[in-house]
Amino acid sequence: MEKTAGGPAVRVRGLRKTYGAHTAVDGVDLDVHTGEIFALLGPNGAGKTTTTEILEGQRRRDAGEVAVLGVDPAAADTAWRARIGIVLQESRDFAELTVREIVHHFALYYPAPRDPDEVVEAVGLAAEAGRRTAQLSGGQRRRLDVALGILGDPELLFLDEPTTGFDPEVRRRFWDLVASLRDGGTTILLTTHYLDEAEQLADRVGVLAGGRIVDVDTPDRLGGRHLAPATVRWTEHGAPREAVTDGPTALVGELAARLGGEVPDLSVYRPSLEDTYLQLIGETR
Amino acid sequence: MTTTPAVVRTPARTPRVRAIAAPSALRIGRARAVLEVRQFFRNKGAMFFTFSMPLVMFLLLASIFDETDKATGVSTQQVYVTGMLAMGVMSTCLQSLALQVGGERHNGTLKRLRATPMPPAAYFLGKIAMVVVTSLVQAAILLGLGAAFFGLELPADPGRWFTFVWVYLLGATACTLIGLVASNLVKGENGGPVVLLPVMVLQFISGVFVIFSQLPKGVQIVSAVFPLKWMCQGMRSVFLPDAYASVEPAGGWEHGRTAMVLAAWVVVGAIMCLKWFRWKGEDEG
Repeated sequence: MEKTAGGPAVRVRGLRKTYGAHTAVDGVDLDVHTGEIFALLGPNGAGKTTTTEILEGQRRRDAGEVAVLGVDPAAADTAWRARIGIVLQESRDFAELTVREIVHHFALYYPAPRDPDEVVEAVGLAAEAGRRTAQLSGGQRRRLDVALGILGDPELLFLDEPTTGFDPEVRRRFWDLVASLRDGGTTILLTTHYLDEAEQLADRVGVLAGGRIVDVDTPDRLGGRHLAPATVRWTEHGAPREAVTDGPTALVGELAARLGGEVPDLSVYRPSLEDTYLQLIGETR
Repeated sequence: MTTTPAVVRTPARTPRVRAIAAPSALRIGRARAVLEVRQFFRNKGAMFFTFSMPLVMFLLLASIFDETDKATGVSTQQVYVTGMLAMGVMSTCLQSLALQVGGERHNGTLKRLRATPMPPAAYFLGKIAMVVVTSLVQAAILLGLGAAFFGLELPADPGRWFTFVWVYLLGATACTLIGLVASNLVKGENGGPVVLLPVMVLQFISGVFVIFSQLPKGVQIVSAVFPLKWMCQGMRSVFLPDAYASVEPAGGWEHGRTAMVLAAWVVVGAIMCLKWFRWKGEDEG
């Protein structure tokens, strides 16, 4: 398959965007590798949406270098648009049309689309194919958005806060769908402010705060999380005990020997992604 | 939430050559035309309003003002039918279109379309097809009603129908282009008045609600700058006896000037459209 072999799907250097006196994006460097799910995390106002919209070719930048699939999105043509897929943040369009009609219609825009009915099936909307979009629930509507995003068989898919307002079961199913897209070869750039979503889906996570990237790593190594000391808690002589240590395994072994077998109320705790994230974005505030 | 199969399958990206020719703007434009017309006829409320409004107006005016011009033998009812024809074209092509496109900019339709490889021209082709279909159906209803109950004589002379065609085409084109630009003024869901108010003023000063020859001279001169006056006059020249031409401000039908003013508005509208039509809302730089 023709792809930017070995090169990143997205390459950003020194990206900048200001709105009047407010600097929304302040020198972002970013690489998204081909074939990975990259999650962009950050609090509201951190510059996530501005950054992704610049990458999608929906917004102009003030400075910096951007290459998406090897092309500058600011100068992108329809051939480039056929290679990317965008799932927008919220949509209420095409209320009068049915799921099947919309998906078949949008398929006409692309030079080599996926089979529309298969895509409807893939997002779990086969049973709703004949319904008008106005009658869909929030979660179903979102899956229709995803269907339209993947219809052109994109090399790169932008997912902007895709599961906002989902119930837990639908969310779980949606994650399976996104993971299966990655397994099918699609690169995915996901923006979210749900940490469990990033932890579940992302191969790598970038944290954006105050218009800058403060860290990029795999979810379990972000912010040096894997190196952070562990907190070991247990109960001894009826009193709760706690120790912070770099060697929890040794401590647990020692406890087991001392207390003779099962250590009461034992837990070993490392900072969660959420702890790490809050610490990372706290540093820039 | 309806339950859907828990197993999510996705069609694998099929290996293929990317050099497949993109679908042409014309083909996509045709598909959009079908989609637009279908959407229009499915939105029962809007459809009912579009087709009934000129009829209701006409029935009101025809029952309130019922006199016959002694010199020419033309009844006010006959004059009002022609006024409603012109007003119908403007309300469909300009007013409804501006509100609709403004709504589509607001609800994410335009943004989604810009995220696909759809050529912009295809969107405009679809809109034009929709206003042509709806305004012609509207005209047919009015003419049928006028001929059946209000003494309107459908001309037998092909020359008059030729006049109808060019007045309609130039008027509809000018109004459509102005409507597309005017959609920029429609902000959010309550942006209607910005478009409705000027259109209403035009209707009063252009001889839709008040017989044009009875308007003060100053008002007649002001309205001559705008297309609606010429569309009304053009329609009168098609459906009223030539004797009525003596009542017109210039004492004749002024076909040459009508064509020139309308064509000028087509040019101005096209330039404004190319320069100012926006795919995005104002806050999205």
